[in-house]
Amino acid sequence: MKVAVCVKQIPDPADPGAINPETKTLNRDVKLILDESDSYGVEMALQLVGEDGEVVLISMVPNNERNGLNNALAMGANSAILVSDDALSGSDALSTAKVLAAAIQRTEPDLVLAATESSDGYTGTVPEQVAELLGLPSVTFAKEVTVDSGNVAVKRQTEDGYDEVDCPLPALVSVTAGVVEPRYPSFKGIMAAKSKPVEELSLADLGIETNTVGWAGGRQEIVSIEPAPEREAGEIIEDEGDGHERIVAFLQEMKVI
Amino acid sequence: MGNIWVHAETTDGVVSSITLELLAKARELGEVSVFHAGTDAEQVAGELGEHGATKILTTGDLDNGLPGPALAAAVAAKATEESPSAILFGTTYDGRDVAGRLSVKMDAPVITNIVDLLDNDGLTGVEPVFGGTTNVKTRFTGETPGIFLIRPKSFNAESAGGAAAAVETLTIPELGATGSAKVTNRFVEESDGPKLDEAGIVVSGGRGLGEADNFQMIEDLAGKLGGAAGASRAIVDAGWVPYSYQVGQTGKVVKPDVYIAAGISGATQHMVGMKGSKTIIAINKDPEAPIFSIADLGIVGDVHKVLPALLEAIGN
Repeated sequence: MKVAVCVKQIPDPADPGAINPETKTLNRDVKLILDESDSYGVEMALQLVGEDGEVVLISMVPNNERNGLNNALAMGANSAILVSDDALSGSDALSTAKVLAAAIQRTEPDLVLAATESSDGYTGTVPEQVAELLGLPSVTFAKEVTVDSGNVAVKRQTEDGYDEVDCPLPALVSVTAGVVEPRYPSFKGIMAAKSKPVEELSLADLGIETNTVGWAGGRQEIVSIEPAPEREAGEIIEDEGDGHERIVAFLQEMKVI
Repeated sequence: MGNIWVHAETTDGVVSSITLELLAKARELGEVSVFHAGTDAEQVAGELGEHGATKILTTGDLDNGLPGPALAAAVAAKATEESPSAILFGTTYDGRDVAGRLSVKMDAPVITNIVDLLDNDGLTGVEPVFGGTTNVKTRFTGETPGIFLIRPKSFNAESAGGAAAAVETLTIPELGATGSAKVTNRFVEESDGPKLDEAGIVVSGGRGLGEADNFQMIEDLAGKLGGAAGASRAIVDAGWVPYSYQVGQTGKVVKPDVYIAAGISGATQHMVGMKGSKTIIAINKDPEAPIFSIADLGIVGDVHKVLPALLEAIGN
């Protein structure tokens, strides 16, 4: 079985940087790391394909960055396709999906995995857009995934619990965080990653016009970026054995108890 | 500003609260129709009408198919005939599925994570970023109807007293392989007490609890206060509690009267989901924790001491 996993390389969420006032987007000109949300998809893929299968990573960046991709290769993925093109700068969810779908199509996978949403843009629409572009059925928000004889069975998160969903392959599945425990790359894995094939493609290689993605493809403008109204700071006290009493008094004032 | 279409989500004749919230905003902006997947359109026509919808466009029975492909294809076809000026979705599991598929069908971009919609020189979405400290306003420049995904609790649901909405059945185009995922079973996870996103009091725990077993203190406190228990993403990812407990960007948005955060430092991801609470109490041992910047009452201390003392003081 061949599984394609969409992975995003993002600025470290612990130090997300700032919005560039000129372009009005997040400054991504920093070291990028593998989005933690995507490590679940990579782990899931590795578990599903076992010894005989193949895991191909699919990623896009404007600037050749490979740091995050290397991390996923070190976990055990076999190869990667990296779409890298200056014109991808400023791409919205739909543009991103068009590029990822074109790259995925070249690999003809049995199953496409993605996180439910990225940790920086968090639109949560890309997996479903990719599925529609590829003409695939999809099951989103998976909390458990099993593959058996050309069929994928998924427990799909719902507002009140979960649904069991059956879907014939090829298909796309988006996985929630915590669905599996991602492995840490071993030293051997890190060394092996260096010699794994990474195919780097431009938009032209994929036959995508540059004006359908990036800034032009988004067909939207950021009107303003403003500080949100702040909450008034409250009272902060050091607990000296009486912290709980202060909480009780507060709750009584709120008529909760 | 013309016709506004709203995704109506229902379960067995019950309209979801986010749908009513969206309708409250949509009817300020123009004439409102809703689109819907399922067999209960006639049952919900009265309630949706009362909240401002004049028409329900419904797929009818989907034979256990997921709503995304069918509803998106049907709505895209209808939209080319009727050109709505905007299409609104709630940020829910099905909402995002339908919006994603629709966006491709119509080749229309989506503006996501919106908490307010402004009608000035084109419909403009307001999106909070960096844990809600910054607001970004975005509008469409293209010709296609704007698709907006709106976060729960952005607007107050309120009846406007309209007549029942007229039900119209949509034609579902041939879906090919995209329609082949089928629901074989549905499970409702019952929990005691109020639902997390409806509770007046929410008690949430985070990594500062130290280990999974200590989450019982959070459950106990929520129980004593008649509230619901919640969690930060960190401990959901760690497998201490199910995903349904998660408060934050990727989990539930809550706006209770009182929110108690115990052992939660206040990552951006978490703050977005609870910042709208009326009052916030935080307990954390790190005085620099970001959660204190939005707390009405902050206790710098050890949750392992404060929580047991609090539980004892409240008694039964």
